[in-house]
Amino acid sequence: MALYSEKVMDHFRNPRNVGVIEDADGIGEVGNARCGDIMKMYLKIKDDIIEDVKFETFGCGSAIASSSMATELIKGQPVSEAMKLTNKAVAEALDGLPDYKMHCSVLAEEAIEKALEDYFEKHPEKRKDV
Amino acid sequence: MTIYADNAATTKMSRAAIEAMMPYLADNFYNPSSLYSAGQRAKEALECARETVARCIGAGAKEIIFTSGGSESDNQALLSAAAAGARAGKRHIVTDGIEHHAVINTLKKLKKDGFEITYLPVHENGIVRPEELEAALRDDTCLVSVMYANNEIGTIQPVREIGRICRAHGVVFHTDAVQAVGHIPVDVEEDNIDMLSASAHKFHGPKGVGFLYVRKGIRLTSLIEGGAQERGRRAGTENVAGIAAAAAALEGSVSSIYEVSARITALRDRLIKGLSEIPHSALNGDAEKRLPSNVNFCFEGIEGESLLLLLDDKGICASSGSACTSGSLDPSHVLLAIGRSHDVAHGSLRLTLGDDATEEEIDYIIASVKDIVARLRGFSPVWRDLCSGKLQHIL
Repeated sequence: MALYSEKVMDHFRNPRNVGVIEDADGIGEVGNARCGDIMKMYLKIKDDIIEDVKFETFGCGSAIASSSMATELIKGQPVSEAMKLTNKAVAEALDGLPDYKMHCSVLAEEAIEKALEDYFEKHPEKRKDV
Repeated sequence: MTIYADNAATTKMSRAAIEAMMPYLADNFYNPSSLYSAGQRAKEALECARETVARCIGAGAKEIIFTSGGSESDNQALLSAAAAGARAGKRHIVTDGIEHHAVINTLKKLKKDGFEITYLPVHENGIVRPEELEAALRDDTCLVSVMYANNEIGTIQPVREIGRICRAHGVVFHTDAVQAVGHIPVDVEEDNIDMLSASAHKFHGPKGVGFLYVRKGIRLTSLIEGGAQERGRRAGTENVAGIAAAAAALEGSVSSIYEVSARITALRDRLIKGLSEIPHSALNGDAEKRLPSNVNFCFEGIEGESLLLLLDDKGICASSGSACTSGSLDPSHVLLAIGRSHDVAHGSLRLTLGDDATEEEIDYIIASVKDIVARLRGFSPVWRDLCSGKLQHIL
């Protein structure tokens, strides 16, 4: 039995939306190197829509795949939808993660949450809209 | 192409071992405890294997007991020495911080039973200092357990010197030699060893077989109660086929030990040189006092599991001390013990070469690791921070 699903391996081998957005509207970084996982999400938001999203991840296969999948799930979505993203949705979209790797999907959820929080801090007027 | 570079995890059985095993799985299936001649022939095979194994490590045949492997041997050695110590009112044990979990966890159990454990530092090079060991010995020390060679970073301990000190102080010396036997010369007489653990599948024998050397005069406690096999020290019908194979494997390994280790050491050093070219990387453990087949590196800014998965895609089997590869939260205790920080220890890679490794394979491994490390660093936020100066480079 393989360690990860085909979906996880696909997103790990060919991560989507890798990189940095220089003029990002929101940036979120979670995790720490001590524990072996750091995720950083960059959001470009226009008219309350996640126009672009990029990530950088230091971590294991499932951390990289979770970041990649999370960006896919929110790209092109309204901010209000992105706020509802759960770790469960990320894990399910990856056809599941081993139990002891579920925290990777939690990190992905938190990284997006933090990037959105950063966006709202920069644009407080947007908070009431969603 | 598949390159198996995880020989510290397990090795491929030798042809000689497989051939030695087959008769006892097929026609000579008899129980060596049986009285009739067929059973006695199985017994002869068993005793012949015992003599071979003993000869390979400079012991007497009666000093070898066969077990299920390295872990059982470690458990039995430590628990026996502790029991003898307790009978004499001695409840202090000295070890080091980079032992295998078979030793660490047995000592934890003994600690709960009232033993006091002293852990010697291994310093940056991953090696115990004999003078620090001598200073740690007390009147109530009943056992010293220091491994012959480390399974992760391959460092070879000054076993002969440690044994000499222990003998001078009348303390029993056990060594977990699972990674050493069959790979570097081991001689229990010259090395002043009282108890030694070994495992057949690490030297091209089968899994599920190991042995414990116990110097004559040292009393063993049984872990398994039952019949009188192994002179009453390990009950249960002997694994004749596995034991015959273990002996054949060890004999084969020992017969070519100098030639193989010289060749593999050269390949190891070629690999170390190649991987050292990766910026912000470092070899773990002493560069010279290490097993011929062991290479262990830390790479800053990346995590080990993703490195292993991408190496697997390139057909290279390796291992890592990253927490993610063990299912625990902390990275390898060995890397932490030699002073690597958590951050860096997560980015470790262990490559342990086989006897048949070639220069072409080494060069392919070097090129693959360089490529993958660069790729993973390409989207690592840690690497970005290191490059921008937000974080300080450690390596």
